[in-house]
Amino acid sequence: MTRAAWFLASFLLASSAHAIDVERLDDPILQQRYEHLTHELRCLVCQNETIADSNATLAADLRRELREMLNAGKSDAEIRAFLTERYGDFVLYLPPVTPRTWLLWAAPALLLLGGMVVAALVILRRARTARANPAALEEEPENL
Amino acid sequence: MKQSLRFLVPAVLFAALVGFFVIGLQKDPSEIRSPLIGKSAPAFSLESLGDPALRVGTADLAGQPWLLNVWATWCGGCRQEHEALLEIAREGRVPIMGLDWRDERALALQWIAQLGNPYHSVAFDPEGRTAIDWGVYGAPETFLIGADGKVLHKQIGVMTPEIWRRDFLPLLSATGEGS
Amino acid sequence: MIPEIGHFALILALLLAIAQAFFGLAGAARGQAAWMQASRSAVAGQSVFIAIAFGTLAWSFIDKDFSVLYVATNSNSQLPIFYRIAAVWGAHEGSLLLWALVLSGWSLAVTGLSTSLQPAFRSRVIGILGLISIGFLLFMLTTSNPFERLVPAALEGRDLNPLLQDFALTIHPPILYTGYVGFSVAFAFACATLIEGRLDSTWARWTRPWTLAAWLFLSIGIALGSWWAYYELGWGGWWFWDPVENASFMPWLAGTALIHSLAVTEKRGLFKSWTILLAVSAFSLSLLGTFLVRSGVLVSVHAFATDPARGLFILVFLSIVIGGALLLYAWRAPGMKSAAGFELAARESFILFNNAFLVAALALILLGTLYPLFMDALELGKISVGPPYFNMVFMVPMLPLLLLLGIGMHSTWKRGRLQPMRNRLLGVAAVALVIALVAGAANYGEIRPMATIGFVLALWVMGSSLMIPLARLRAGLALPGAVLGMAVAHFGVGLVTLGITGVQSFKVEQDVALAVGDAATIAGYEFRLTAMRDVPGPNFVAVEADVLVSRDGETITTLHPQKRLYNSGGNPMTEAGIEVGAARDLFAALGEDLGQGRWSLRLQYKPLIRYIWLGALLIALGGGLAGLDRRYRRVTAAEPALDAATAEATR
Repeated sequence: MTRAAWFLASFLLASSAHAIDVERLDDPILQQRYEHLTHELRCLVCQNETIADSNATLAADLRRELREMLNAGKSDAEIRAFLTERYGDFVLYLPPVTPRTWLLWAAPALLLLGGMVVAALVILRRARTARANPAALEEEPENL
Repeated sequence: MKQSLRFLVPAVLFAALVGFFVIGLQKDPSEIRSPLIGKSAPAFSLESLGDPALRVGTADLAGQPWLLNVWATWCGGCRQEHEALLEIAREGRVPIMGLDWRDERALALQWIAQLGNPYHSVAFDPEGRTAIDWGVYGAPETFLIGADGKVLHKQIGVMTPEIWRRDFLPLLSATGEGS
Repeated sequence: MIPEIGHFALILALLLAIAQAFFGLAGAARGQAAWMQASRSAVAGQSVFIAIAFGTLAWSFIDKDFSVLYVATNSNSQLPIFYRIAAVWGAHEGSLLLWALVLSGWSLAVTGLSTSLQPAFRSRVIGILGLISIGFLLFMLTTSNPFERLVPAALEGRDLNPLLQDFALTIHPPILYTGYVGFSVAFAFACATLIEGRLDSTWARWTRPWTLAAWLFLSIGIALGSWWAYYELGWGGWWFWDPVENASFMPWLAGTALIHSLAVTEKRGLFKSWTILLAVSAFSLSLLGTFLVRSGVLVSVHAFATDPARGLFILVFLSIVIGGALLLYAWRAPGMKSAAGFELAARESFILFNNAFLVAALALILLGTLYPLFMDALELGKISVGPPYFNMVFMVPMLPLLLLLGIGMHSTWKRGRLQPMRNRLLGVAAVALVIALVAGAANYGEIRPMATIGFVLALWVMGSSLMIPLARLRAGLALPGAVLGMAVAHFGVGLVTLGITGVQSFKVEQDVALAVGDAATIAGYEFRLTAMRDVPGPNFVAVEADVLVSRDGETITTLHPQKRLYNSGGNPMTEAGIEVGAARDLFAALGEDLGQGRWSLRLQYKPLIRYIWLGALLIALGGGLAGLDRRYRRVTAAEPALDAATAEATR
């Protein structure tokens, strides 16, 4: 009964002790890929943790699947596809680049350039005003 | 006049945001809809819960609509829905195959003995691999599979007569009922 | 009896808040001095009653009155008294009461310290604060009553969430709220300005110290949350871009843009409508954050009450407050044009870019946080947007910001005379580059591009910040609070960058399985498990490990990570063992008994991580120093004369 309570409670309580995953892959490169992947995938039970950190049984099971797939020579893309086929894109903390997420991925460049352009236009306009009336720019002591 | 309109942009954007929130309040952000809907049910063949020598799998119920109910003895909601499952089994329209997820055989058999058996058969999945194939992330979950072998619907959480009537029966009638 | 007194006090507070709002706004509109006075008295009255309510709730906790539902759900007879008091704000209902308390505190401060404001303006500010109070009091009384009784009374409480039974996390909400809620003052000033249709910029000078004060508390609050997550959650991370973390960070970004924009508006009368919009946005984001964590629209580790009914109330309240302010903005802002100019490299330009980058960052975080909601609402499927995305994307506006920050500090108003600084700045840049390359290679054995960029920018900002006070001191000039504050705060920004770069680029983490006597080595440090023991606590039982840490054979310290099981049940909690050093943290967290005498442990080497929080504290300190600058303490209604006076004083 306590186990059930734990399961249900895991939706409500803040996460507590994080999982400590002592299983390692022999090949250091595979281990690195493993660590990278487990930190990019979302736990579906404790939905505010990666499967690297989550204590949930499902997370441990998924880590096991990942290890087996890595040892079997699957690529990162194949592993992600395995998970999204079963759980959808929700399981990826790094959202896929698809037509539906174009805004999400275009936003950094758009916002940065947009902001800089607006700022530049304002500055240029004010600089023109300044040049038209240089007397108004009399020096004042440094002040914030 | 045109110049002044751009000052309305923040208010308009905010209104759009509120609109999204109104819709968002009616949704459950933690519910993960199944990507399997409309696809072929993932095939499996596992040990039967009762007799390890026997195999239970998707092939057993091919050609008719059936339910896959994911349950475990450690799951409180499974105990809650058990009565509803017995009810559905009594109706006899659709066979229910149980998937005992990450459980202990002895406890599971005891559970069925004590609470009643709504299942046509029960597949034993102690390692959870088949559950992962079906995109299971919590118990209980119940899948409706059509006669053509495609997953029609997934119920996340406790099954009730209300949900059965509202979500499952219409789909059953649409595909044509099982024998 | 006592909880009922508290409940009644809240009702009285609500009535007074209504009076405050009505008399404040109507009094100003009609020029009725008596009404305006009444609204000020209402502020005092409201504060008294909210304090009474808070006091009765605290008393119920101290007295272990489990007939109050909130007390029964959040405390326990074994809970130490310190945490029993902190439990007042440990969950939804009580934290709302804290919100109301903090708001009444700010309202009281504004009422008391703003005697130099024009009466009508001041009255409007107080009236608007009253409207916000109404919202929170009404919310509590209708949907989230902390004084609800449990009949029959529970024999034993459920206990405060063990995660919250920690010093840092008990002071985190009050400090965070002081910041969060404090932006309501800037908001009220902005709305009052819009209502009056003021076209001048005197309100900017009045608003600035209040905004600095709120902002500095928010900075400390966020830093506390991050620090706590690091040592308490046992995972060694310090920021997860969780919706609730973002909900506090976005107002901070808006607030940072605001304090800079206020400088321009105060000094040159420029960007008036933009600054007003920022002031509205900062508090709006605070309210939005409150909505996000209490409505259940987003999955969050922090979600207080995932109750759509409560969410709807907050949404309606939000719509009225923010929608109203934005409509006021649309109405008045077109008239707030200014005619002044400045040259290309003037301080105004740099602040404009600062705002562009901060707002871009803010928008990116908002978009990422809400994108899953947008997609779900449009039936486009469920996605997740998490740390990998935010970590990548946040850098885009931050890198240019840090670069320009180092230059912008030295630029002067209007003209922007950077030429005299050019060589010194280039010198600082060169030194930063050399140190970054050399120190990076020497300490960590390799040169990584992103890490190098981070270190260069960090050292660049730090060096550039020090130039100003050093130059002034050397020239025998005075160092007013505003200048010193700016230097300290910007130095803090550099320090935060240093810490983040160090830990993200060079941290080493490993999970190991050790039996007593075994050891594991990471980053040259040996961690040896020397003993395991059982440790009883006041309301928990724990298993403790002794981990001996050494390097090159020399012992450094023994860490004592614990795994606790609280008597009230629930998940086991981790208390990490951390060794703090000048250049790195060494971290050990205890996992599980793996059988055969072996335990799992998480070992981490975290270079420079402390500087993240130290830098944040310096940022807050800088804000405080700037806010205490003399000229804010002498603000009078006679503005032009004052300008000349302070100009003389700070020359």
